Amino acid sequence: MTRTWVAALVPLALLAVLAGALVALDPLAPLRAGIPPVEDLAVERAVLTSEPREIRLTVVNGGPDPVTVAQVLVDEAFWPHDIEPAGPIEPLRSAAIRIPYPWVEGEPHELVLLTSTGLTVEHTIEVAVATPQPTSDTLVRLGLLGAAVGLLPVAIGLAWLPFVRRLRSEVLDALLAFSAGVLVFLALDASAEALELAADVPTAFDGVAVFGSATIVAAAALTGIGSALRRRGRGATGAPGATGATGEPGATSVAVLIALGIGLHNLGEGLAIGSAYALGELALTALLVVGFAVHNSTEGLAIATPLSRVPVRPTLLAGLALLAGGPTIGGAWLGALAFSPTLAVAFLGLGVGAIAQVVWELARLVGRRGGAGEPGVALGFAAGVAVMYLTALLVAA
Amino acid sequence: MAGSAGVASALAAGAVGRLGGIAPGVVAAADPHATHDATSGHGGGTVGEVDHGRNGFDPSAILEDWDLGQVSTLPGGQTLREYLIIAQDRTIEVAPGVFFEAWTYNGRVPGPTIRVREGDRVRVEFVNGGSHPHTIHFHGIHSAAMDGVPGQGAGNVAPGQSTVYEFDAFPFGCHLYHCHTSPLKRHIHKGLYGAFIIEPDPARHPDQRALAERRTLDGARAAGIRELLIVMNGFDTNVDGENEIYAANTVAFHYATHPIRIGTDDDVRLYLVNVTEFDPLNSLHLHANFFDYYDHGTTLEPTLRTIDTVAQIQAQRGILEFTYRGYEPGQYMFHAHQSEFVELGWMSFFDVVPGRTT
Repeated sequence: MTRTWVAALVPLALLAVLAGALVALDPLAPLRAGIPPVEDLAVERAVLTSEPREIRLTVVNGGPDPVTVAQVLVDEAFWPHDIEPAGPIEPLRSAAIRIPYPWVEGEPHELVLLTSTGLTVEHTIEVAVATPQPTSDTLVRLGLLGAAVGLLPVAIGLAWLPFVRRLRSEVLDALLAFSAGVLVFLALDASAEALELAADVPTAFDGVAVFGSATIVAAAALTGIGSALRRRGRGATGAPGATGATGEPGATSVAVLIALGIGLHNLGEGLAIGSAYALGELALTALLVVGFAVHNSTEGLAIATPLSRVPVRPTLLAGLALLAGGPTIGGAWLGALAFSPTLAVAFLGLGVGAIAQVVWELARLVGRRGGAGEPGVALGFAAGVAVMYLTALLVAA
Repeated sequence: MAGSAGVASALAAGAVGRLGGIAPGVVAAADPHATHDATSGHGGGTVGEVDHGRNGFDPSAILEDWDLGQVSTLPGGQTLREYLIIAQDRTIEVAPGVFFEAWTYNGRVPGPTIRVREGDRVRVEFVNGGSHPHTIHFHGIHSAAMDGVPGQGAGNVAPGQSTVYEFDAFPFGCHLYHCHTSPLKRHIHKGLYGAFIIEPDPARHPDQRALAERRTLDGARAAGIRELLIVMNGFDTNVDGENEIYAANTVAFHYATHPIRIGTDDDVRLYLVNVTEFDPLNSLHLHANFFDYYDHGTTLEPTLRTIDTVAQIQAQRGILEFTYRGYEPGQYMFHAHQSEFVELGWMSFFDVVPGRTT
C-alpha cells in the first residue's frame, strides 16, 4: 500500500521540481524581452444604480500581465471614478469600478477604460435601466415570469399524456422521434448561444472550453444517473426493464432524464431572460411570453411521450414538470441578480450535454421498440426540429 | 433676473467692444461662490495628477517658455540664432496614469518654442537620437533644400545622423514646425511638433512701427502684455486612428486643474497653434469675453475682430488678443468648442486676479 502511494507521488514530486526550476531560472525571459505587456481586461458585469446615479463595473484581468486602469471615459468624456482595490489588477483578479455618471434612462452608454499604456477596454450598455436590486418584489416578478414561460408550459405539455396513451405504436414511435427532434433543436440553439456568449468570457477562463467541459460533464453524469435509475427499477420489480407493464425497459427513467436535460436547458433560458431583464434588453411583450410558452409546451410533450405505456402517478408528473420547468425560475433569478457570461456558458453547456445524452436514450428506446428505420420515425424527428424552429420565430419576433 | 441683465450688458459691451474695451461690470456674476474644477464635484474629468518631473516638462512653464536660441551677429550685421534640436523617443504621461510612447523634439511635447525676429538668420542643428528617420519642416519661407521633407536637401535624417537647417526668418507671424517623414500622421501625432514664432522687425514696418514694437518680446513686456503659447494637440493612445485625449499643451485638463493666472490690468496675447491629428478642426472658445484674432499672425491689424470662438484646421494658427480689464476676479473658462474635445481634456481656466501679472 505504501509503495502504491510512493509510486503515485514520484511523478508529482518531479513535476514540482520542474515547476520550481522554471519559475526560479526563468529560461524563457529572453523570448519575452521587448514584448509589450499583454493587456486583457474584461467587463464581467455592469450595474446601474439610481440612488445615487452610478455605473458600477466588475472587471476581470484575463491576461498574463497586471493591468492598471488609469482613467475612465463615459460617452467620450473623462469621468471621475474610484477603483477598489486601487492600483494594478493582477492576472485572474477582479476590481470594482464606481463611476458617478448621470446615466440616461433608456439610452445607450459607451464606457471606455483607458489603461496606463493607453490601451482601451470598451463596454457598451445597450439600454440604460437601473439594475434590479435583490428585493422580494423583483424576485416575485421574475418568478412569475419564469413560471409563465417555463414551468406552466411544460406542465401543460405533459397534459398530452392521455392523448399519447391512445396512439398506435407506430405513431408513438414517430412521436418519440419528434421529441428527439425537439431536443436536438434545443441543443443546437443552446450551443449557438453559448458560443456567442463565450466571446464575453475573460480569455483566461476560455469560454469554449467551459462550454465543452460542461457538455461532457453533463452527458457523463446523466449516463451514470440513467444507469442507476434502471438498476433501481429492476431491483424494485425484480425483473429486467420492468418499469412498465408493457415491457418497455426504463421508460420512466428516460422521461426523468429528458426532464432533467430540458431542466438544465431551461436554466440557461432562465439565465438569458433574467440577464436580459437586468440589462434592460428584454422587450417583454405579451406576444414574446406567449411565444416562449408555446415553444416550451412542446418540451412537455417530449417528456410525456416515453410514458405512454406505463402507469404514472400524478406526483411523478408534477415532479417531472418541476424538474423540467422549475429551473427557468431559478435561472431568471440568477441571471437578474448575478449574471456572469462564464456562469451562463457553463449552464448552457450542461444543458447541451444533458440533451445529447437524452437523445441517445430516446434513440435506444425507439430501437428497442423496433421502430428504428420506420419512415414515420424520420418524419417525426424532422417535424420535431421544424416545429421548434417555427415556434422559435414567435420568440424572435 | 440679474442674470439676464448681465447677459444683455455683456452683449452690448461686446458689440461695441474692442481689445481692452469690454467691461461687463459686476452684474454678470450671478454666483460668486461657484468655482469650477474639472476633476471634482459634479463634472467630468480625470482622476489623479500627472508627474511633470518625470515627464521633464510642465505645461504651465511651456506657456511662456520662449527659446531665443544662441544669439550672435553675422559679419553683415544680421542676427544669427542657433538651435540644437534632438529627436528623442520618450514615454510621456498625457493624462494622470496614462503613458504615451512619444517621439519628441528635445524630450518635450510640444518641442521648444523657437522665437526669432523677422529677418534673423536661423540655424538649426538637428540630431536624430530617435529610433526612426525624422526631419524638421518649418512653416516659413526657405529654399526647397531647407524644407525638411524626404527627397529634398538632407531629406530623411536617419537615426544617429544629423543635418543643419538654415534660412532667414520670414514672414513674421505665429508659425510651427514638425516632422515631415512618412507616415506623416504617425510622425506628427506622436509629438514631433513645436511653435515657431517670428516677431516683426519694427524697422521693416515704418507705417505700423508702434504695433510692430508691441509684438516683440521686449515691447510686449514694456506695454504690459502677457504673452502665452498654447499648442492644441491630441493623443491616440490605443493607435486606432482616433484621439483618446485632447489637450492644450499636451496634458489633458492641465489648465483646468492649474488655471493660468491673469491680472485684470493685463493685456493678453495668446499664440495659438493647432497640431491636432486625425480631426480636421480644433477650436478655442473664450468664456465671458471676446478677442481680436490675427490669422497666422502675419498681419499687424486683426483679421477678425470681437469674436469669442475661432476654428483652426490642422497646422493653422493665429494670435488672440484680449483683456479682463474691468472684470470681477474669478475663474474664466476657455476650451475647444467641440464638446467632445472639451470632455476629453481640452478644457482650461484663466484665474483672473486683481492687478498685473506681467
